[in-house]
Amino acid sequence: MSPAAQRMRSGFRITAGMTVALAALFFAGAIAGTWSYFGKNTPPATSKSIGGPFSLVDHRGKQVIERDYLGKPTLIFFGFTFCPDVCPTTLLELTERLKELGTQADRVNVLFITVDPERDTPEQLALYLSSFDSRITGLTGNEDGIAAVIAEYRVYAHKVALKDGGYTMDHTAAIYMMNRKGQFVGLMNYQEPADKSRAKLRRLLDDGAGS
Amino acid sequence: MERLKQISFVLALVCAGSSLALADEIKAGDLVITQTWSRATPKGAKTGGAYLTIENKGSAPDRLIGGSADVAGKVQIHEMAMSDGVMKMRPLEKGLEIAPGKTVTLAPGGYHVMLMDLKSPLKKGDKLPVTLEFEKAGKVAVSFDIEGIGAQGPAGGSGMGGKMEMKKTPSHSDMKM
Repeated sequence: MSPAAQRMRSGFRITAGMTVALAALFFAGAIAGTWSYFGKNTPPATSKSIGGPFSLVDHRGKQVIERDYLGKPTLIFFGFTFCPDVCPTTLLELTERLKELGTQADRVNVLFITVDPERDTPEQLALYLSSFDSRITGLTGNEDGIAAVIAEYRVYAHKVALKDGGYTMDHTAAIYMMNRKGQFVGLMNYQEPADKSRAKLRRLLDDGAGS
Repeated sequence: MERLKQISFVLALVCAGSSLALADEIKAGDLVITQTWSRATPKGAKTGGAYLTIENKGSAPDRLIGGSADVAGKVQIHEMAMSDGVMKMRPLEKGLEIAPGKTVTLAPGGYHVMLMDLKSPLKKGDKLPVTLEFEKAGKVAVSFDIEGIGAQGPAGGSGMGGKMEMKKTPSHSDMKM
């Protein structure tokens, strides 16, 4: 073998080795990324520790509890209507998924739970949601009711004062997938490619039908 | 003489063409502003975002510090970032620096012109007039094209489709609060 060819070969070996190492790093990072979703100091969440009873009011003004949504899988997104980017983007994606499901869309509940009950009254949620698929239900409540559901779902929601007296909310941006028994199944990440969230939703619906 | 007329006609056409091509470009001192767009807002929404690209062709830094708009009670420069799956948004207290020779893009998921206390929703297809304020270049009138709710980029601008994934702006030191 010529020296040049040898150099090329060893060069290739290094590159291949690096690719494997990078892939391993990427994989480890992906696991760490998933675990860190619920805050750096929180242990990895298990399906049993996410979700629980709640008592809230929907955007039509009706009192609701968690049992009202059992029997069908449920997608839950926590946000607020004063949110300029993540919330409208996610609600639009959910609108698109529901449109794709067509008549099957009634096999899943889609909930938009506010992390800002102070400003998001049922009326405000109703107005806001009129720009999206009518099958998305908005939920709000009193401070305690929202604080309880935020804690149960391990949502990060934090009020941040703005210098002019107003405020904004930092909040978890993923969509929670719950099965028909109200057990946590997984997350759809913010701006996940449509193919991926479509597949996850399909799996959630199939599981709901199977067991 | 006829030939001269022809030449001047062609020249006039070329000039008209180039001024059309520059219609989307706003010059303010050393700054060149392009790709100005915004997103429609859902009904009842009190906030909206506007996005643009700013190039500094000068030799000194400038800063985008704020602005005003008839449709909004307040206009501020904000940054958004995703950290551990949490969306965080902060006003840039000192504004956004446009370093000399650099181009800064304000886009969803990162820096944006934040419109607050909206008096009416932003509607797709409309134009949104905003006066931006720079530390050195001063006040600059900019018209933003309003795209759909959740649009990821300006329509038909420099080959960037409405659905294109925008590159996320890296975390800014101001975010560590």
